[in-house]
Amino acid sequence: MSPLAAAPAADPTLQDFGKDPWWLIGGKVLVIFVFLVLTVLISMWVERRVIGRMQLRVGPNRHGPFGLLQGLADGVKLALKEDIVPRQVDKVVFVLAPILSAVPAFISFIIIPFGPNVSVFGHQTALQGTDLPVAVLLVLAMSSIGVYGIVLAGWSSMSPYSLLGGLRSSAQVISYEIAMGLSFVAVFLFAGSMSTSDIVAAQHDTWFAVLLFPSFVVYVITMMGESNRIPFDLPEGEGELVGGFHTEYSSLKFAMFFLAEYINLATLSALATTLFLGGWRAPAPISTVWAGANSGWWPVLWFMVKLWLFIFFFIWLRGSLPRVRYDQLMKLGWKILMPFSLGWILLVAAIRAFKNEGYDMQQITIVTVVVAAAILGGTILWEMLRGGEGEEGAAAEAGAAPADPFAGGFPVPPLDAPHYHGRTAGTGARAATIGTRSEEVTRGTH
Amino acid sequence: MDLYVPIIVLGVLAFAFAAGSVAMAAVTGPKRWNRAKLEAYECGIEPTPQPVGGGRFPIKYYLTAMLFIVFDIEIIFLYPWAVAFDRLGIFGLVEMVLFILTVLVAYAYIWRRGGLEWD
Amino acid sequence: MTGQEIVFALLGAVAVGSGIMVVTTRQLVHAALWLVLSFGALAGMYLVLTAEFVAWVQVLIYVGAIVVLLLFGIMLTRAPIGTAPDLDSGNRWIAAAVAVATAALLVTVVVMGFGDAKMPLEAGGGSAEALGSAVFRTWVLPFEVLSVLLLSALVGAIVLSRTDIGGARSRGKGD
Repeated sequence: MSPLAAAPAADPTLQDFGKDPWWLIGGKVLVIFVFLVLTVLISMWVERRVIGRMQLRVGPNRHGPFGLLQGLADGVKLALKEDIVPRQVDKVVFVLAPILSAVPAFISFIIIPFGPNVSVFGHQTALQGTDLPVAVLLVLAMSSIGVYGIVLAGWSSMSPYSLLGGLRSSAQVISYEIAMGLSFVAVFLFAGSMSTSDIVAAQHDTWFAVLLFPSFVVYVITMMGESNRIPFDLPEGEGELVGGFHTEYSSLKFAMFFLAEYINLATLSALATTLFLGGWRAPAPISTVWAGANSGWWPVLWFMVKLWLFIFFFIWLRGSLPRVRYDQLMKLGWKILMPFSLGWILLVAAIRAFKNEGYDMQQITIVTVVVAAAILGGTILWEMLRGGEGEEGAAAEAGAAPADPFAGGFPVPPLDAPHYHGRTAGTGARAATIGTRSEEVTRGTH
Repeated sequence: MDLYVPIIVLGVLAFAFAAGSVAMAAVTGPKRWNRAKLEAYECGIEPTPQPVGGGRFPIKYYLTAMLFIVFDIEIIFLYPWAVAFDRLGIFGLVEMVLFILTVLVAYAYIWRRGGLEWD
Repeated sequence: MTGQEIVFALLGAVAVGSGIMVVTTRQLVHAALWLVLSFGALAGMYLVLTAEFVAWVQVLIYVGAIVVLLLFGIMLTRAPIGTAPDLDSGNRWIAAAVAVATAALLVTVVVMGFGDAKMPLEAGGGSAEALGSAVFRTWVLPFEVLSVLLLSALVGAIVLSRTDIGGARSRGKGD
């Protein structure tokens, strides 16, 4: 745990954990549990109010002051609804699925650091449930167990919408887990540890969001993909799949999926805060002016501010972005984020290795910039050469296939009409793409 | 092992909460039997024969899961490498460059064969 | 017996029990879920043996990826809800005998090979840092060979699943 030597003495490290008495463990667990439930209730309200404002509406304002109790009212309403278990379902799995998606969502939050060491009833302890040498791995493992909730819900419902929604959702989550996992590597490289308290301690000078900006960007994008929210909410694209994997669920079983979704939102935001935004550390202007900002209970405030900024960011995106297509989603995950992350990791590792060997920083920077520019230029050139060729091929292919609106046995609007691409008819595209290819129509599933 | 005690406690608490809620819904909610309500929901039209156990789905989902396993394994190797990186020096860097390049060959092959397309 | 040994034994019992359920249950998806439980118990055993990193990798790879692949495979082909009669076979007693014999052989080999040999568990011995140093210093060649294994696995996956659909270029050639 070498990077800790420079950190102030008050910062918790991995050695500080596992020494709590039983009442403190119970208290921490209870606080985290209540915190998560409250966060879910409040973020539901915030989301609806903020989106309401963005759409020039008022949003829910009837229950309690400013409608603050809306989330609670929704919960009570769901509890009083009929709990429908459709006739054909696999009952055991059908009941197990919502539990399987809620429990891992709760567990992930235990390794999130809320603050430094404080004194609770005369007992020094860190404001964090627990910490592991492999804490971030725990979050990844929990999210991969959460996938089971989705897959099993989709399968056990015996409904085509559910099954398709479940498959789509899980394929999306695992695809984005790759890029997410890669975005952590650079953080571990600089922190020299996978424990969240060590990672926060390693950011006492510079936040990793500044130092490792590309990793941060990749993480924020994958965070959207992992949470199954707009712009990546295809699993429940209501125009296509009704409700996706939870179409057949009602009452509190549905509430469990809802709860899991919002807890995951909070967990992803908290993880972003911890790994990239310095965790509970006060932002630079405050911490330079006021030395006490990073001790005692104040850090909880900074943590909350950062967490809610992220949650607001999620809501903002939902208010402003349209849904992407599934092929675009997969393309972004596999063809852009993944190679980009791998290249970035190698670049960062190379810089760090040469720096460790004692090379001059300026020299390294110049060489890096030249190499990166060469690679980028080469890629663009290659794409330009290949791209022209590909377009010609596509045009020829499209020209060969005549437009046949009855290709699938029933009339279909031309899905590829020029105006869908934002081009006016007649330019360039020469009506090339009118007509849906028959395989697309007959197959129907994507 | 002391580090794992809070995780287990929270897990038990969360499980009790989730299972309790699911069980409670059966008690608190009304019960009004209706044959149509127990069918799979398909926007009100007659349920089609289920795709489960007869229909077929694109192999692409399966392929995605296979690609996921391989790249997940690659990432799993990157983690201990990143944590121990400062003690490995240039040698560690060269090792990992070789490893990633080999896997990238496969990645390029998949890309060229259209394994990453979702047409 | 220490507390650790008791937990280890219990986890072992869970792993074996759910393993038996995997092969005896008549429902395909339930078998996959029992497999998850078995892998989970195995991860718990690694954890008791202080192999922390390996334990979570077990969860990530086996539970999070391999069984999901199995489930996808089951769902994409056929996954009848309820019991499937063809999940049983007339050979089940012979199969059970073979399984017991294999287990007996493995146990004998381990007992004869190691006997009472003991290895002290040290906390942090299986951490990511220790593992990283070991893999990237001592076991470099196996690690590099692994990349070739991954390469062939990926190529195999493509060849098996997408023989009909190639990229734009290979399709042009194939026609």
